[in-house]
Amino acid sequence: MLKFDHISKHFGGLKVLQDVSFTVPQGGIFGMIGPNGAGKTTVFNLLTGLLQPSGGTIVFNGSNLAGVAPHRITKAGIARTFQNIRIFKEMTLLENVIVGMHAHLDYGFGALLLSLPSFRTREAQARDRARELLSWVRLDHKADLLAQSLSYGEQRRLEFARALATEPKLLLLDEPVAGMNPAEKTELMAEIVNIRQRGFSIFLIEHDMRFVMGLCDRIAVLNFGRIIAEGPPDEIKNNPEVIEAYLGKEDA
Amino acid sequence: MMEWWDGFWSTYNTVVFSIGVNAMLALSIYVTLSCGLLSLANAAFMGIGAYAASIISMQTGLSFPLALLAAGVLPALVALVIGLPTLRLSGVYLAMATLGFGEVVRVVILNLDITGGPMGINGIPQKTEFWHIVLLLALTLFVLARMRRSKIGRAFEAIKADEVAARLMGINVAGYKLLAFVTGAIIAGVAGGLNAHYTFTIGPGNYAFENAVDILTMAVFGGTSNLIGPTLGASILTLLPEVLRQLKDFRLAFNGLILIVVILYLPTGIWDPRRLRTLWPRRQRTAVGGEKI
Repeated sequence: MLKFDHISKHFGGLKVLQDVSFTVPQGGIFGMIGPNGAGKTTVFNLLTGLLQPSGGTIVFNGSNLAGVAPHRITKAGIARTFQNIRIFKEMTLLENVIVGMHAHLDYGFGALLLSLPSFRTREAQARDRARELLSWVRLDHKADLLAQSLSYGEQRRLEFARALATEPKLLLLDEPVAGMNPAEKTELMAEIVNIRQRGFSIFLIEHDMRFVMGLCDRIAVLNFGRIIAEGPPDEIKNNPEVIEAYLGKEDA
Repeated sequence: MMEWWDGFWSTYNTVVFSIGVNAMLALSIYVTLSCGLLSLANAAFMGIGAYAASIISMQTGLSFPLALLAAGVLPALVALVIGLPTLRLSGVYLAMATLGFGEVVRVVILNLDITGGPMGINGIPQKTEFWHIVLLLALTLFVLARMRRSKIGRAFEAIKADEVAARLMGINVAGYKLLAFVTGAIIAGVAGGLNAHYTFTIGPGNYAFENAVDILTMAVFGGTSNLIGPTLGASILTLLPEVLRQLKDFRLAFNGLILIVVILYLPTGIWDPRRLRTLWPRRQRTAVGGEKI
């Protein structure tokens, strides 16, 4: 579904990613782990068009993503959440989710100006769909509250719903459990499994090993801008290079 | 009664006209502010609209509606051209670039022959009627209200809140910023056309830095979270110098004092629905408490 082919990214002399190649299969949950500063978020920024690669190609469902504007990539079916939650705090939950449907609300200017039936039905459908998505993440009872009134865990779930509103084929989750306590983590894990069961492919980056091991079907390990291992969780768990990257080398 | 009204109208009709025109100007800057853009080009767009309409009225036989149409179209075209490069800027950098643009417009108007140079244009026919202003202000409010309640309004709000997140929600950020900029230019231009046709005379100094700041002040004073704020702000700040007439020489000082007090104590403007909503239940609660005692 998604293929990184010999991608590199330099910021001046700093080589953040070097010759990174991996494939995210359709369906299931693909994880990328690595220590802080390994270049994980850069992978997402390249993928969503916020950054352009210095070399290599990214292919999503058969089309090259090089030079494609972020809003078009979203329309093509890639949605993401952010490590530091970026919901629209001054909007209600419902409005947050409807913003995610922007590209799919295809009424014209005349229709919205005169409030024609095409405008009214599309807007009504969007509101219904938004309530449905909020119910997926158990926030439908708070639909009309302002997003800033939510707790941290709830804000994360709202961000999921908003990302799903773009009707993605691939959902990118950037460190979804960062800053959460164990109870919240378990809750969110169930939420992610839920989303997968609804048929979405998920690509998440994370450095919480236990979380990733329990959730992902396949894992790639990024260290100092290079992929050092890729495979199913059991294989990764016992890979000496991965253990070294996370725990350091054993002194004699 | 009729006599009193005639006297009142002949004295104050320009004040009433100015309220409408200033409300349109405040709304024109509200549009860009609602999209998170601090653009100070609206005085220049007003000037372009005013000159375009005046020149058409005085040098061609075209009707007033056509002159007003040109007052909207010409600023829109200019906004398209300068918006493409400048809207990449954000915050104060955009404010500086648009102020620079305003200065360019002023100097161009000052040096052209067709605009009358420093003398400006005099003897513009007084074609603006009360109902023209009411109609165009109502049309502005209607269009902006419809935009607010659609995906356009949500896109503006999302861009204002978080540009990166908005982009990744599938919003064409550059396109919507340009839409806000051009919409503001059209409204300001038409307001300029209306204004020129009741003030009799216009000059390059009418559309400079000071006016750009006045327009921003009206919008911020009223509040920029909805359409009522800028309309109210423009009305109050237009009336204030008339109401304070008894203060004679201290009039402008007092005007400034009121501005400072509002900005200090009501930083979101005088009309902020969210604050009004938080005030309302508190008042209700004290009323209930009063009954108990």
